[in-house]
Amino acid sequence: MSAAEVHMALAGRRQREGRRVVLALGGLVALVFCLVFLTLSCGRGCLAPADLMAALLGHEDAPGFIVNDLRLPRAALSLVTGLCFGLGGVAFQVMLRNPLASPDIIGISASAGAAAVFAIVILSFDGWVVSAVAVVSGLVVVVMIWALSSRRGAAGARLILIGIGVSAMLDSVTAYVLLEAPAWDRAEAMRWLTGSVNGAQMGQVWPVLGALVVFGGLLAAVSRDLDILRLGDDAAQALGVRADGTRLRVTVAAVGLVAFATSAAGPISFVAFLSGPIAARVMGPSRGLLPAAGLIGAVLVLAGDYVGQFMLPYRLPVGVVTGAVGAPFLLYLIVRTNRNGGTI
Amino acid sequence: MTFGRSSALFGLSGGVVLVLATVFLSLVIGARSVPWAEIWQGLNGQIDSIGAAAVAVRVPRTVLAVLAGAALGISGAVMQGITRNPLADPGILGVNAGAALFVVVGIAWFNISGAATFLWLGIAGAGCAAVFVYAIGSVGQGGATPLKLTLAGTATSIAASAFIIAVVLPRNDIAGNVQAWQVGGVGGARFQTILPALPFALVGLLLSLASARILNALALGEELAAGLGQNVALGRIVAAAGAIVLCGVATALCGPIGFVGLVVPHLCRLTGGIDHRVLIPMAGLGGAVLLGLADVAGRIVARPNELDVGIVTAFVGAPFFIWTVRRHRMRGL
Amino acid sequence: MNVMAKARQLTAQELSAGYDRRTILEDVSLEVPAGKITAIVGGNACGKSTLLRTLARILQPKGGSVLLDGKAVHQMPSRAVAQVMGLLPQSPIAPEGITVSDLVGRGRHPHQGLFSRWSAADDRAVEAALEATGTRAFAERELDTLSGGQRQRVWIAMALAQETDVLLLDEPTTFLDVAHQIEVLDLLVDMNLARGTTVVMVLHDLNLAVRYADHLVALADGRIHSEGAPEAVLTEDMVRAVFGLECRIQRDPISGGPSMVPIGRHKSQLA
Repeated sequence: MSAAEVHMALAGRRQREGRRVVLALGGLVALVFCLVFLTLSCGRGCLAPADLMAALLGHEDAPGFIVNDLRLPRAALSLVTGLCFGLGGVAFQVMLRNPLASPDIIGISASAGAAAVFAIVILSFDGWVVSAVAVVSGLVVVVMIWALSSRRGAAGARLILIGIGVSAMLDSVTAYVLLEAPAWDRAEAMRWLTGSVNGAQMGQVWPVLGALVVFGGLLAAVSRDLDILRLGDDAAQALGVRADGTRLRVTVAAVGLVAFATSAAGPISFVAFLSGPIAARVMGPSRGLLPAAGLIGAVLVLAGDYVGQFMLPYRLPVGVVTGAVGAPFLLYLIVRTNRNGGTI
Repeated sequence: MTFGRSSALFGLSGGVVLVLATVFLSLVIGARSVPWAEIWQGLNGQIDSIGAAAVAVRVPRTVLAVLAGAALGISGAVMQGITRNPLADPGILGVNAGAALFVVVGIAWFNISGAATFLWLGIAGAGCAAVFVYAIGSVGQGGATPLKLTLAGTATSIAASAFIIAVVLPRNDIAGNVQAWQVGGVGGARFQTILPALPFALVGLLLSLASARILNALALGEELAAGLGQNVALGRIVAAAGAIVLCGVATALCGPIGFVGLVVPHLCRLTGGIDHRVLIPMAGLGGAVLLGLADVAGRIVARPNELDVGIVTAFVGAPFFIWTVRRHRMRGL
Repeated sequence: MNVMAKARQLTAQELSAGYDRRTILEDVSLEVPAGKITAIVGGNACGKSTLLRTLARILQPKGGSVLLDGKAVHQMPSRAVAQVMGLLPQSPIAPEGITVSDLVGRGRHPHQGLFSRWSAADDRAVEAALEATGTRAFAERELDTLSGGQRQRVWIAMALAQETDVLLLDEPTTFLDVAHQIEVLDLLVDMNLARGTTVVMVLHDLNLAVRYADHLVALADGRIHSEGAPEAVLTEDMVRAVFGLECRIQRDPISGGPSMVPIGRHKSQLA
């Protein structure tokens, strides 16, 4: 190839890649939109689009209660928590260079869940305070896992194993606190153990949306440095990226996203874990991994909730559906990685 | 050699004393405080007062905790020996979850009842899960490293619990029972359910003890064990069968209980050395002590409620798991 | 290549460095000759990599300082340093499935702002780097599909695309067979001659270091044993002190410079 040909090839590829990113993200946005529409209009029976619009606009004779008070909060909560889990999960996976290092496997979701249950049941907090407690405990657990797994040498595997141990311990705390709860009903327990958007209210949506704006913005601001960090700490630092500073900001952002979402809907199983690897397959090695993972998280929660509500012989919370999908995927990932013999 | 034998005897007799002490505590301490006289009445079967009745319930419960603890401890020691993996534990490797899934499906879909059927289901489930996890964990280079096995076990556990929830949630008639059983409890123990389990437990114990020598050889690595004239494949199968039967029995009786099989063998190795002929019986005694004490602790910390023993062992065992991860320079870590 | 490198003054002053509580480098002062190739040699665990990593401001020194044109690099903004000084670490990590041109493009990171888009200058730098390293032919291929030598050339291309005046390399020839080692070192000399880039590299192979370097630094136990022109530094005494090895120095029939032949306990005709 001559220099001119290389130039053309590179420029052409960048253009194609740009188109691909736009196309893929656009497709995902459309899919999310469709799922939101489906959640709003179709329950046991389906509404005509005109009726749906009328209800959303508050017309008298439209089925306003079902749409505005039941389905809209549910769709909104699914959307924002899915985005949060997807973004938070992929941020951890990219930062630690390991798809297994997602917040739901290394114990961050478990800690946010345990803290939220503790704050609600024992301390009788609600609203923003619960989320704040969840964020703080998520950060504490991250620091703890890091401190426990830091030793020179390959810290990645140790970090994941220690995270699994921390998860097990915190889940037992959650189970204990739920036992102490005065009105311990199984639906509530299910929310905190596997995640659910049953009985969603708009009041739960706003804090998560706020977290999405603040922490999602922080994540967007460091996303380029995060991308460079994939080359390894030394190479990243040689390229002018401060590895520790980047990691700190990414951690705060990701824990914030995951903790707020968890305190609203529980640790919806495996959404944080699944979104990143799926997004990587959709996007290829091109950029746009973060937004794609967020959108896929939203797709997973919306679709999982719809399937759990209406497509099975009985109703299941979304976390059970995503858990049933996610666990085989985790096994597949382990087998694939083992066969390749490389890092995961 | 004489020194090794006498110290082993010392360790074993110490273990027996600890088990007796645990049994005593478990009979005496409970969610309700009972005076000594009534405790004595309860143990003699004179159930005239509420206190005596409470104590009478503690008897089968204590027997179950000791039995299941011993089974899990031995099972963990054997699994760690077979896989040469310091993190092996019936809970962590997903074997308990497999047993639980089979039992729950049996209850929910096939209306199965009766203690003996539960036992068969539990053992079958444990066996399937063990083979599955080991197969997935040993794909690729390096064989079954601790990381790969643990991950495969975790994934299998999560998958099994998702399916259990999916099976149980729509069935309000059985949901309460299954849920209490699934957390891991010895609270509802009755002698009618424990008795049929004894032959199974005995078979598991004998298989495990029979495999002690091969486990000693395996500790040196597969090639060397084969070089020492051991039939490695057969020995592994015998040992695995013993471990699976034991943890299947324990799970069928009290639901999945994690971390006992992890913690106990490590503690026993610290005191009793690494010879499996000593380690296996020690792990049995140690498991009985640990689960018995965990049950007692569960009755105290959440008064007037009772904390299921599975929650207590997870809370105590998980830090131990972390400590083990930190301490070992493991393959694949 | 079109952009000539500026001559930069990279010096270490009474530098001490190490990991955790262990001090590996002690009191090292070094002046890197601008526009030349410097090779750092020494036995295992003598502090070669530590010195290079501290020069590259990846490791914080325990004492002393590293100056780039008179300014302490550890106090400068990391991005500003990255525009002047590049580093190729010993084992960089390639994201799965990344293409060669994409990876080389990552070298442009220090020249891009938070919101600035890919520019024509970025394009030129990437193309020049691909050209210089002879990796143009597989610009579109995935890195995983290349051989070890090709992959190392791609990493060097990434460092070149950074367009720095100083380039530090940590054992750029490890894991390469001898033909690829020569290929990589030739490439570095090409670059040094074409752009006047100052090169500092850690090398394992003493004879290759002597042949390719203008300036040789021999480290022993965290201190500089000797430095200077390779002909002056490579002596039987130096090899004995630094590597603990008896040897003979003879003339390299190819370069005409000195070359080291080790003496072991066996297969010797000397006695």
